Amino acid sequence: MSAPASDHGHAEPTSFTFTQENLELAKRIIAKYPQGKQASACMPLLDVAQRQNGGWLPRVAMDAVADLLGMPRIRVYEVATFYTMYNKNPVGRHHIQVCTTTPCWLRGSDDIVHTCKKKLGIEVGETTADGQFTLGEVECSGACVNAPVVQIGDDYYEDVAPEHMERILDALARGETPKPGSQTGRQSSEPVGGPTTLKAFSTAQAED
Amino acid sequence: MLRDEDRIFTNLYGYQDFGLDGARKRGDWDNTASILANGREWIIEQVKESGLRGRGGAGFSTGMKWSFMPKNVTDKPVYLVINADEGEPGTCKDRDILRHDPHKLIEGCLIAGFAIGASACYIYIRGEFYNEGSNVQRAIDEAYAAGLIGKNACGTGYDYDVYIHRGAGAYICGEETALIESIEGKKGQPRNKPPFPAQAGLYSCPTTVNNVESIAVVPTILRRGASWFAGLGRPKNSGTKLFCISGHVNKPCNVEEEMGIPLKELIEKHAGGVRGGWDNLLGIIPGGSSVPVLPKSICDTVLMDFDSLREVQSGLGTAAVIVMDKSTDIVKAIARLSSFYAHESCGQCTPCREGTGWMSRVMQRMVTGNARMEEIDMLLQVTKQVEGHTICALGDAAAWPIQGLFRHFRPEVERRIQAYRNSAPLAAE
Repeated sequence: MSAPASDHGHAEPTSFTFTQENLELAKRIIAKYPQGKQASACMPLLDVAQRQNGGWLPRVAMDAVADLLGMPRIRVYEVATFYTMYNKNPVGRHHIQVCTTTPCWLRGSDDIVHTCKKKLGIEVGETTADGQFTLGEVECSGACVNAPVVQIGDDYYEDVAPEHMERILDALARGETPKPGSQTGRQSSEPVGGPTTLKAFSTAQAED
Repeated sequence: MLRDEDRIFTNLYGYQDFGLDGARKRGDWDNTASILANGREWIIEQVKESGLRGRGGAGFSTGMKWSFMPKNVTDKPVYLVINADEGEPGTCKDRDILRHDPHKLIEGCLIAGFAIGASACYIYIRGEFYNEGSNVQRAIDEAYAAGLIGKNACGTGYDYDVYIHRGAGAYICGEETALIESIEGKKGQPRNKPPFPAQAGLYSCPTTVNNVESIAVVPTILRRGASWFAGLGRPKNSGTKLFCISGHVNKPCNVEEEMGIPLKELIEKHAGGVRGGWDNLLGIIPGGSSVPVLPKSICDTVLMDFDSLREVQSGLGTAAVIVMDKSTDIVKAIARLSSFYAHESCGQCTPCREGTGWMSRVMQRMVTGNARMEEIDMLLQVTKQVEGHTICALGDAAAWPIQGLFRHFRPEVERRIQAYRNSAPLAAE
């Protein structure tokens, strides 16, 4: 296997240092695991490093995690290259991940991918020239009764029709954060038009 | 239909506060100490008697699983691990527990951990569920602050910690030993068994891995009694169950229903029926992507529980019902699942690593009919060579949807192959 994060023609930074704040966070993460088992913190620390580095993991960031945990660097590369949420190449400010597995596909995810491509002028796996958007297809996001589902950053956009997708991309381009969740106004996973069960529990007022 | 009084997840849709105050109003954390005071053996016996079978797909008795844990205290710590790596296509039930009812899960973690003699619990949440995980963390923080977990949990003298470990995008980590590897900071590749996790799991210590839903129902079972839970559904298929109904229905949704509810009733009562009416139904995958598809003729009458679905050569799996109407390209729908398994194979075992890719490529050709008739049997033979010949069940899961397709829809594939040959006789030779 070739060295991670070096074969896509992008500029690899030459150094990576955790911020003081993230070093403190790392300490709290390591403390969640038994003494001597600090390798368990490898995944969460890769996530911390990726967030610090604008959404992707250069090799020097993997090295920083390895050094902090006293792990051989190759073990960290193995982890970073195994899991799909670690981006080994730079991504745009908005990482648009459209779920296209069967339940989303049955509800029209092809149209969502098509809308994104047309609107952004890029193919799946590409980033817009201004560095704002990266388009990806992902496997099952686990929100199938709200299909089609699009994950953008940490948020899920659900029940997405092409016209919603256009509005979401426009809002992001204007620097706004469109409201996540169902785009058709559902509370969450209840049937459209209101629950068939638990009606007494189905308003916020029912709490008291 | 199940009565609302018998529903466990009363905040399934998140209309109410998911935090501790809201949870207490729904009956969670109500004198948990008195449940623990009955002792480990009692808890395990009650869960066995309730008939609860694991809600993560395999359907193994939860109480039985707990009873495999060492009875006597040794110098090794014992762990409870919660599998919240929900990613079986079609399945999104645990997500609602994590974000809307996390205290049910955490109270269940305490009770289950106590029953197996654990000192700590790790909840493994798929990385994509960022906001869901944040809700669980808030609930954990509340539970610590209220003295419900941590040192002297619920005032019982029992010390118990609960932590979250977030995944990072790997379906295979839903397999329990891959999940354990992942917590240890490695690639998520399944381990050979034996040893089973009950002997040597997380950090080589005795470990039980349970699904979110299995654990979240335990406090209610113990409060209302094993016989209440066992009285719902059918023998050996008891209790309530969260169903996820996706695909070509008028109102896709999650719903808690009684085990054994007829599939047709489930869809018509809660999901607004099949798009275009029941007669417009082509087929249904009744338990998540890994289980074989069923044609309408079986869907007309089949009951939704472990044994009923096994009798028709499918399975309850995660109870994720994927509905396909007559407009569906059924071959493409299954081929998409084949490419899912090819993508998610961890690459450890040769039959799966090579087989999932090969099956996916052949399935892509079956979609257009660009294949020879004899390749159908060759493909089925390969599914048999992958099935049962790998460390974990991902190989089986990749094989079954294809077998299901040809069991019920073989003429459709044959028609496509014939049509392709008719349209391009030279190219097909």
